[in-house]
Amino acid sequence: MLNILKIAVRNLARFGRRTLLTSSLITLGIVGVLLFTAVAGSFKTIIIGQFTDSMLGHLEVHRKGYVASIDSLPLNLNMQPTMVGKVEQVLKRMDAVEAYSERIKFGAMFSNFTETTSIRINGIDPAKEIATTPLLAGRLIGDKRAGALLKPGEILIPELIALGLKVKAGDTVVLVATNRDGSVNGKTFTVGGVMQSALGPGGKDGYIHIDDARSLLRMKEDEVSEIAIRLKNPAQLDAVYAQLSKELSGSELEVHTWAALSPFSNIANMIDLLAVFIKVMMVSIVLISVMNVMVMAVYERIREIGTISAIGTPPRRILALFLTEGLLLGLGGTALGTLISLAAIYALNIWKLTVNFGTQQGIVLSPSVSATDVVTIAALVVIMALLASLQPAWKASRMDPVSALGHV
Amino acid sequence: MSLIRAENLIKTYRSGEVEVHAIRGVDFTIEAKSFVVFVGPSGSGKSTLLNMIGCLDHPTSGKLTVVDTDISALDRRAAAEFRGKHIGFVFQDFNLIPVLTAYENIEYPLIMVQDWPEKKRREQVMRLLEAVGMSGQEKKRPDQLSGGQKQRVAVARALATNAKLVLADEPTANLDHDTAYRIIDLMKKMRDEFGTTFVFSTHDPKIMGEAEVTFTLEDGRIHQPSGKEAGHA
Repeated sequence: MLNILKIAVRNLARFGRRTLLTSSLITLGIVGVLLFTAVAGSFKTIIIGQFTDSMLGHLEVHRKGYVASIDSLPLNLNMQPTMVGKVEQVLKRMDAVEAYSERIKFGAMFSNFTETTSIRINGIDPAKEIATTPLLAGRLIGDKRAGALLKPGEILIPELIALGLKVKAGDTVVLVATNRDGSVNGKTFTVGGVMQSALGPGGKDGYIHIDDARSLLRMKEDEVSEIAIRLKNPAQLDAVYAQLSKELSGSELEVHTWAALSPFSNIANMIDLLAVFIKVMMVSIVLISVMNVMVMAVYERIREIGTISAIGTPPRRILALFLTEGLLLGLGGTALGTLISLAAIYALNIWKLTVNFGTQQGIVLSPSVSATDVVTIAALVVIMALLASLQPAWKASRMDPVSALGHV
Repeated sequence: MSLIRAENLIKTYRSGEVEVHAIRGVDFTIEAKSFVVFVGPSGSGKSTLLNMIGCLDHPTSGKLTVVDTDISALDRRAAAEFRGKHIGFVFQDFNLIPVLTAYENIEYPLIMVQDWPEKKRREQVMRLLEAVGMSGQEKKRPDQLSGGQKQRVAVARALATNAKLVLADEPTANLDHDTAYRIIDLMKKMRDEFGTTFVFSTHDPKIMGEAEVTFTLEDGRIHQPSGKEAGHA
């Protein structure tokens, strides 16, 4: 085998320029795929992190039908205390759950005493909410204050309302909300801070303390609209989702992942689709270029093949020789492409690549590729190079020595 | 003892719409360790006959026995194995592998055709390099060798596996007169040293006189052989 390898290497070196060109194409393909995987993966992870860590949590539990009519934030589909208790019981048993937060969501009228607008409000327990969505505090504009994110009697308002109604921290405002029984109630709040807008559901919501929400809505019981859940390891999302759904099956409750609640999941799917498309492109490049080179190699060396066949080289060794040449082309391009990609990814991490997404400016990406990705892509290229060499190698091994020796 | 025996050997093939009778029923035997030449004009069937003896082509009918094996019926794989074991080839255009050195070209059949251990390989290659007068040239690639040197390496390669039979189709056609004689002399010397049977073809009248047995082919038929009693038709 070592000798076949030696001869294959020399044959590739014999047609150095062609070998270099083909290897470069493979290298380029690998670099393209690995860089895209690293950058797009980082972008996806960061944006998903923004959604899960500053708004949604990884999972949410609602009463059945709530999500279907979430635009109207129906109070009559809130979870009753018994349901909340059941969910809490299950969550406390699950090791994968890091934190959870009960929320009351409702629509209200927001007034600065001269102007009024509509607003979506989240009633939260600040400590639980921060534990569940740790980036929420990061959305506060201006100086970050020490202590609790939100105190009873305070409201965190979205940036757009603050700008539109010219309201700032410390101002007094009024919230008026329709209660479950149809009556209307109002309550004054002090603006505790202004929240930066974020894309996705809840990105332009205001926040008040959960006790204030219950008081404003004149709730007799500790009902909640949803329970947001944070996992210790987001990679366990599917497993926890399945387990939680199973545990809550038969009840009036349903579980949703962040992806089911956020339109960004479609963008994430598009990124994944694009990655597949780029991989298909790369595979095509490898297939076409290696096959082209190997077909040429066989065509140019017909007399040589005739000679080695005539002196008794078994067809399987001729096959192995040409397959090895194709394999080496693939391996060379893959090794070089992987090295260049890893160096480029390292450089991107040093130079701090930033992107803008919606209203979020200067998101710093941290591109990285997993060993699994590198191995999978490298294996794909090498297998494709082998497959592309198979037909020319087979042809070479089956060549009639007399015709081959007489080839001009 | 005959090394090659042909009985009513016929080779017919189609070239487009035309049926070509390349060999029209020949009978001959070639004794072991003989030095035999097939002569004849272009298209007389010399190469076709050598190809059949060398298991590169099948006869259309008749029986052809080489080294006690009826090679008429060998399939592709068996034919390759038989060639690798018993037959060496020398070609008109030398046909050395351009990416390999002289040493590696001679070594090639010992690696790719037979699996000789490295030490034994090295001894064999060095012995052959010396025998063909190419000692000191082993690191040169074919493009660094003259025509005569290339053919010396080709002869050494043909002998590398200790083949019983070496077939050479017009081995001197691409060489000048002096070099051609030297190659024929070398082949004779190798026959004497290694006991290998050499069968070659030529249309050069001066070279054909160097053989011990001459078969003259004309229009696919053999005329009475001349020379010593190494073979007969």
